[in-house]
Amino acid sequence: MLVHSRAGKWATWAVFLLLFVPLFAVPLLVILAASLATNWSGAFPSGPTVERYSAATSGDSLQALTTSLVTAVTASVLALTLGGWAALAAAALRRRGKRLLDALFILPVAVPSVVVGLAVLVAYSKPPVLLNGTRWIVILAHTVLVTAFAYQSVSAAVRRLDPMYEQAAAGLGASPARVLWRVRLPLLLPSLTSAAGLCFALSMGELSATMMLYPPDWTPLPVQIFAATDRGSLFTGAALAVVLMTTTLLVLAAVSRIRTRASYR
Amino acid sequence: MSVSATASAVARAEAPAATPSRTAHGPGSAPARPRSVPSWVWALPPVAVLALAFLYPLALVVQQSVTPDEGGVSLDPYADVFASEVFRDALTTTVWLAVGSTVGCLVLGFVLALVIAFVPFPGGKAVARFVDVFLSFPSFLITLALLFVYGSVGMANGLWTDVTGAAEGPFHFLTTPWGVLLAEITYFTPFVMRPLLAAFSQLDTGQLEVASSLGAGPVRIIRRVILPEALPALAAGGSLVLVMCLNEFGIVLFTGAKDVTTLPMLVYSKAILESDYPAACVVAVVNIAISVGLYGLYRVVSRRAGA
Repeated sequence: MLVHSRAGKWATWAVFLLLFVPLFAVPLLVILAASLATNWSGAFPSGPTVERYSAATSGDSLQALTTSLVTAVTASVLALTLGGWAALAAAALRRRGKRLLDALFILPVAVPSVVVGLAVLVAYSKPPVLLNGTRWIVILAHTVLVTAFAYQSVSAAVRRLDPMYEQAAAGLGASPARVLWRVRLPLLLPSLTSAAGLCFALSMGELSATMMLYPPDWTPLPVQIFAATDRGSLFTGAALAVVLMTTTLLVLAAVSRIRTRASYR
Repeated sequence: MSVSATASAVARAEAPAATPSRTAHGPGSAPARPRSVPSWVWALPPVAVLALAFLYPLALVVQQSVTPDEGGVSLDPYADVFASEVFRDALTTTVWLAVGSTVGCLVLGFVLALVIAFVPFPGGKAVARFVDVFLSFPSFLITLALLFVYGSVGMANGLWTDVTGAAEGPFHFLTTPWGVLLAEITYFTPFVMRPLLAAFSQLDTGQLEVASSLGAGPVRIIRRVILPEALPALAAGGSLVLVMCLNEFGIVLFTGAKDVTTLPMLVYSKAILESDYPAACVVAVVNIAISVGLYGLYRVVSRRAGA
């Protein structure tokens, strides 16, 4: 549309590929290739091996994967409950109250994740609530970090909601609780599931706050990847990274299936 | 879909006053029905949880930053930290890295989104999907990949030593700020591309055809038609990326560079490696002030722009 000549189009596409492929496709392919290689210090990796995957899916690494999954699922469910509730409550408020709630719940996006980790560490390392050294401190920090995203996507969806449905239901005598449960939540289901996917992916890859907080018996996968690369085992790190990416993508795909089934209703 | 996009563009062009009037009667349009509890009561439980989990810890950070180890309340920690060379270096490094990355992301993201949207090619949809997938991966993967490509024992250096027979390759930029800059531009460009692609899909392609048939070249069309339309999306994406770059930790941590210290990195090393909590809290407060200030500015600007 913008470029009409054939030569111009091909030139544009060539520039696009030259920028896009090295910057975005190559990094992911390199990680994938490295995870299967025995050694790589030339143009091409040498010796295909799946040894690293057997190491990456057993022992400590397997435990790190389950740790990450448990953390991400728990944090997503908590964040979705908290953020969704807040978004629905904010929608019923007047302008000033809504602005205040917006500001409060979006604040964790603006605050650096490392600082969120530091804050949680400072607050919960001493009685009365001693969470430091337990898994709950990691889950708490993840929940705080992803709640902001859950709030944002649910409140955007609430804003787009057609008020006709709930007004009709209320006009027919449905109680507010029934309107919420039978009308608003089903209508919001697609955006709730996509928010859940977003929260899950963010929590799976969270490193900054986790580095500040993780106890020795609760090391999520990103920390494990860092530990591997930091001691020079880049290839093990790559295999772990592929496991992380695959798990995230599989869960996201499963979540998006829920979304499409819900939207058929 | 393109029909509805065109229709909405037409509607917008015909009724420029539609948006303000909608927001004006928005809050009042909800039917006032009798309720047993006022609606603000329902907002209290989530706010209470957030206060306990996030606001109270944040307040403690501020309190700790004015409480030196010896006890009492003083601004000495601030004076000490501001006077230190490490902090000043970290501040300048953080700011110029964030600004540089943002500019890079804006330019690159604009060019790439432009090609995907207006010079369509087979597989363009797949590329747009790929960009979405890219967003769901953690940032440190990029640095990990760059370590394989440009690291001291990576591909590029290995190739160089094989070809020239030299003892070591010429690529050492990964442990310098330039490596961080490259990784940040790579990772954050999709964050600019997504709002841009959304904005471009709203653009009435008829405008481009008209401009083109009136004799405007591609550069002129981009400058006079597309760019004004894309400005809100560019501003929104750019300021988001700026804040995220200021807060980025994983990329810097993974380069393993001793001489690249950003503010989040300084918070981590003060708190975890040196156990100097007052200093860590001071750096954290400075970092919060910069990031939250910028983010607030972005929200105000994007609300004014109507985005």
